[in-house]
Amino acid sequence: MYDIGVGSLIIVILISVFIGAVAAVQFAYQLDGTLVPTYYIGYVVRDMTIIELAPTITCLVLAGKVGSNMAAEIGGMRQKEHIDAMEVMGINTAAYLILPKVIASLVVIPMLVAIAAFLSIWGGYVASVPAGWVTSAEYIQGLRSFFEPYNVFMMFVKAFVFAYILTTVSCYQGYYVKGGAIELGKASTSAVVISDISILLADYLIAILLTG
Amino acid sequence: MIRAKNIFKAFGDTEVLKDISIDFKAGKTNLIIGRSGAGKTVLLKILAGLLEPSAGGIWYDEVNFLELSKRQIREIRMDVGMLFQGSALFDFMTVEENVRFPLDMFTTMTKNEKLKRVNYCLDRVNLAGNNDKYPSELSGGMQKRVGIARSIVLNPKYLFCDEPNSGLDPKTAILIDDLIRSITVENEITTIINTHDMNSVMEVGDNINLLYLGELAWKGNKEEVLTSDNQILQEFIFASPFLQRLRDLALQE
Repeated sequence: MYDIGVGSLIIVILISVFIGAVAAVQFAYQLDGTLVPTYYIGYVVRDMTIIELAPTITCLVLAGKVGSNMAAEIGGMRQKEHIDAMEVMGINTAAYLILPKVIASLVVIPMLVAIAAFLSIWGGYVASVPAGWVTSAEYIQGLRSFFEPYNVFMMFVKAFVFAYILTTVSCYQGYYVKGGAIELGKASTSAVVISDISILLADYLIAILLTG
Repeated sequence: MIRAKNIFKAFGDTEVLKDISIDFKAGKTNLIIGRSGAGKTVLLKILAGLLEPSAGGIWYDEVNFLELSKRQIREIRMDVGMLFQGSALFDFMTVEENVRFPLDMFTTMTKNEKLKRVNYCLDRVNLAGNNDKYPSELSGGMQKRVGIARSIVLNPKYLFCDEPNSGLDPKTAILIDDLIRSITVENEITTIINTHDMNSVMEVGDNINLLYLGELAWKGNKEEVLTSDNQILQEFIFASPFLQRLRDLALQE
């Protein structure tokens, strides 16, 4: 839980702040010269972040960082016969090695996504207010406008589903690795690629299911 | 005792084991020998329940291992110890934690009882006082001995050793052999050793089984190795001219 949560905190902070900042700046640029009120910058950054960017981008990044690490760790245990040693002792290795990782991810990753959403909105504020795109009061007005609590629910649904996908896919790739160092590297890469594709596919399905 | 009866194993179209039937006796060091690729490790893994045979049966005493439920297999595995070729020590745990691991998983012993048992096992393999070291701080021979300590900590009835001497110098190899043999005799364990180390064959081979291209080519004991006229055995054991001369000298004596 510590490795997944605290270990990923810095990268999540960096990415979410910059994504929020970029989203705010680009939306402000598009609003320039239009009749759309500028407080919409806060509103758009908030909803983009909560509905899509925080859960999806965070989990895509975590698939690369945490997922590849899980695949390499479990794959290494398979290659060093640690898993065989446990199985001979009568231990259910899937439950012993994988289940705690799945539970840890389901607990920690939604927290990371919530932090990412908050920081992303803050990043939007930091990028757009000092630069004069929008005033502080307008940005906050935008954050308070048209708020749908259901969107937060959707964010957590995505976070849970993506956390489950990236953990199980990565652990599966590591658990069933065969061969040597090259195969372990391939398993680690496959863990990231398959997790990312699955997350994007699940993102689309959740969007259809929860907004339809 | 462990009985393998008519074991066949194939991976795809490749037949690795063909009709292997062997009785492995309790209180004896039972050896599976053969050249690389003969099927030794596959047979050992089948016997230990890590692989399923394509056909045939495995009996642990009177119990057919392949007909057991998952819960029953788990119970029987508490009586099984295994020493792996690469020791398979958990490198993120200390020696003490490695040896204590099966006790943590399967017993309700108190902390002190576990420590007492761990220290007894470490003492038994001449590694007393190394509790706090990590596997990376140990030599290959010491790692094997920690592996032995871990495999006997639950007082197993069956002990499997996959190439226990690989990568060890001859003197350390003999130490490991003697250790495995004395533990086997003391505790009346059914020990199965997979090896191609000739010292092991001649020192601890109570019951030797030679595999050749997936078939059982010969069975006997270390005394019979010298006098057997089995061509495959003789070519395997006495592969070099030096060893052939030694055999001739031994027969003359």
